[in-house]
Amino acid sequence: MKILNLLLILAVAIAIPGVINRTRARLAGRRGIRFFQHLYDVRVLLRKGAVYSTTTSALFRAVPSVYLGAALVAMLFVPVGDLPAVLAFDGDLIALAYTLALGRTALILAAMDTGSPFEGMGASREALYGALSEPALLLILGTLALLTGCTSFTDLFAVGCEGRYTIALLLSAFVLTKLVFTESGRVPVDDPRTHLELTMIHEVMCLDYCGVDLAFIKIAGWCKTAALSLLAANAVAAACCPNWWFAAPLAVVLTGCSVGVVESTQARNKLVRNTTFILTIAALAALVFFTAYLLQLNIVLS
Amino acid sequence: MIRYYITDNTAAAIPLREIPEVSYADFYDDLCAKLAEPRYHLAHYFARPEEGRMRFYALLLDDDASQVLITSFATDYYDDTALPSLTACHPQVHPFERDIAERYGIRFDGMPWPKPLRFPFDRYDRRSTMDNYPFYTMEGGSLHEVNVGPIHAGIIEPGAFRFICSGEQVLHLEIALGYQHRGIEHAFETTANRLRQCCLAETVAGDSAVAHATAFVEAVEKLTGHERPAQLDRERAVALELERMAMQIADTGALSGDVSYQLGQVACEALRTMTINTTQAWCGNRFGKGLIRPHGTRFPLDAATSEMIRHNVAEIARRYNEVRQDIKSSPTLLARFEQCGVVTRDQMTELGGVGQAARSSGLMRDIRASHPWGVYAKHIRHESIVKRQGDVMARLMMRCREILQSADYIDRLLTIYEQKYADAPNPCAAPDYAAPLAPSSLSFGLVEGWRGETCHVLVTDAAGRIAACRIKDASLHNWAALALALRGEGISDFPICNKSFNLSYCGHDL
Repeated sequence: MKILNLLLILAVAIAIPGVINRTRARLAGRRGIRFFQHLYDVRVLLRKGAVYSTTTSALFRAVPSVYLGAALVAMLFVPVGDLPAVLAFDGDLIALAYTLALGRTALILAAMDTGSPFEGMGASREALYGALSEPALLLILGTLALLTGCTSFTDLFAVGCEGRYTIALLLSAFVLTKLVFTESGRVPVDDPRTHLELTMIHEVMCLDYCGVDLAFIKIAGWCKTAALSLLAANAVAAACCPNWWFAAPLAVVLTGCSVGVVESTQARNKLVRNTTFILTIAALAALVFFTAYLLQLNIVLS
Repeated sequence: MIRYYITDNTAAAIPLREIPEVSYADFYDDLCAKLAEPRYHLAHYFARPEEGRMRFYALLLDDDASQVLITSFATDYYDDTALPSLTACHPQVHPFERDIAERYGIRFDGMPWPKPLRFPFDRYDRRSTMDNYPFYTMEGGSLHEVNVGPIHAGIIEPGAFRFICSGEQVLHLEIALGYQHRGIEHAFETTANRLRQCCLAETVAGDSAVAHATAFVEAVEKLTGHERPAQLDRERAVALELERMAMQIADTGALSGDVSYQLGQVACEALRTMTINTTQAWCGNRFGKGLIRPHGTRFPLDAATSEMIRHNVAEIARRYNEVRQDIKSSPTLLARFEQCGVVTRDQMTELGGVGQAARSSGLMRDIRASHPWGVYAKHIRHESIVKRQGDVMARLMMRCREILQSADYIDRLLTIYEQKYADAPNPCAAPDYAAPLAPSSLSFGLVEGWRGETCHVLVTDAAGRIAACRIKDASLHNWAALALALRGEGISDFPICNKSFNLSYCGHDL
């Protein structure tokens, strides 16, 4: 079962970028690139060597592996629907959040290591937005824990919830989907397609990476997106149909289509508005937590 | 009061001896007074060695009276007394004084920002190079500098931008150009081949090929003194307006792309292709190269081509209008564009801003209206569009309105054509590259390209050869406006501010 779980997560991680590209292309009236083009791109990168700037230290070289490792470990904590996760223990909720944070910190340090003003700017932005989105993530994980009384994802989504918690679960899924946008650097927070260094957030931190290192960072990005999307899909599934065959496709469609549609029809935020955008997510998360708390106390307002 | 030779944008060339020569003191006083009024601005101000001394010419435009005032002064070749700088009173003189100082080592006393402009190969001071460009610096623990360029990530021309920032906020932006300098003015002077000169004019700025070619050809035709058929004027105006449409649509798309608004970007890219392909179907080149030639054309319009252009332009305008409505009604786009990169009318006036950027800030600068030539003096009474806000949105909306206006002009011009020449052959002759030029004369071509005022000044020697060609693209004035627009903005808004001006690097660097 654990193997099936792992395979499903990998499939979700690979499918999401394809679905995003396909959605964008269709909305723009184009046929679009091959569904698995991102895999071919990464294969090309993996065959290349790496070039390092002379101003960087060993830290810079170590970071892609750390970043990829953190994303892969975080992925292992995530169950698909009612399947058990590969790694499961009490408190893996918190472990997931901070494994992701570890990767982020490593990348920020690497960006600072290059000494480039662009990358410094990107690092500072990433640090700010990371700090703001962390409370949102933790509050939602806390909500899920509160509703089910478990602190491990596997138990949490296997136990399922009572019908009256449906609203809290759906709202949690909504917040988690929004977090996918901020965490994977998508419009309206960031734009993965821009060539304008001054406006980038995530991309600018990776400007000095190439070849294998860049491939690692890209793969890590897919894993991170897949992990968070699956959490969102699991929350929806827990509300209506807690099965893996429902959760896995839902994760792909939920993230793939919503990201694709938003990227086609919306402009990016002004950078200063990003803080407001992310704080709004955090505020919503707090509201969801509070609602869940009230529901759990079974206070009936009459 | 100093004397000017008063002319307009349609009159013939001016013999050099008829241009009044005044003393620098008078020149300085009068220009100081005149440039304080917004009706006047400097179209060109350049120096050239002439008969053992340095002669300075200034072309002053009077927008209200549609007049071009030309005057000159001279200094002895070995006279190295510093001239009091006009830049100190009127920043719009700045690029011209920088150019004169850089080329000939003329010193301007009290010039507030004496910096090299474009590093020409025959500059006076060879020690001044791009590597030691004197960037402005600021001290402070909380400030940091960000240098972008000269090589950029996109497929754009080279130019160095240095930002002094406090966190994300830009305190100062300095733009150092000159990386594209090709010595194109010099190339005009070293060839007598008129066709080659026309081709050179088309390459001054690749995105304004028609505007620059028209300006050059206008100047040449004033020197030859022959009349040209009215139909030729019409065809040139159609080409110019097609170029305007294509570039404004491209910029709408680029602005949408820079804020990651995919639908606007792809729609405009498709429309721009349609526009430039229309030009290609007419003359074989998407940018209209080869179309504008003196005294004639190699691609006279026939009824079928005219019909095709009219049909395409109507379709483009209809589809573009939908994009425009989408942009105007999209809150995420408005949030990005409104109140971003504001340049006030006063700032624009002081800098001598021209073209669409000036009009977006409420400053009416439009050669088509103020100094009409060709069809703009006859068939079309051009009404300029003016916006007051001076922000990115205003510059974008200016583009949107101009596209629809240009489409209307093209339609009207071609309708005239089809009524008049439906059966009769087109009266345009083949180009004449051999017509002799008036000796020892000065002539200028002033054209409103899509970016703004484009000015070519030609000076001929006693044998009637082009001895000096001085080119000014609208970018020369407007780069400073971009630097001002960025003050106090977030550094991440630089790309959209830059794109909203879309200035030319090679048009500036020549």
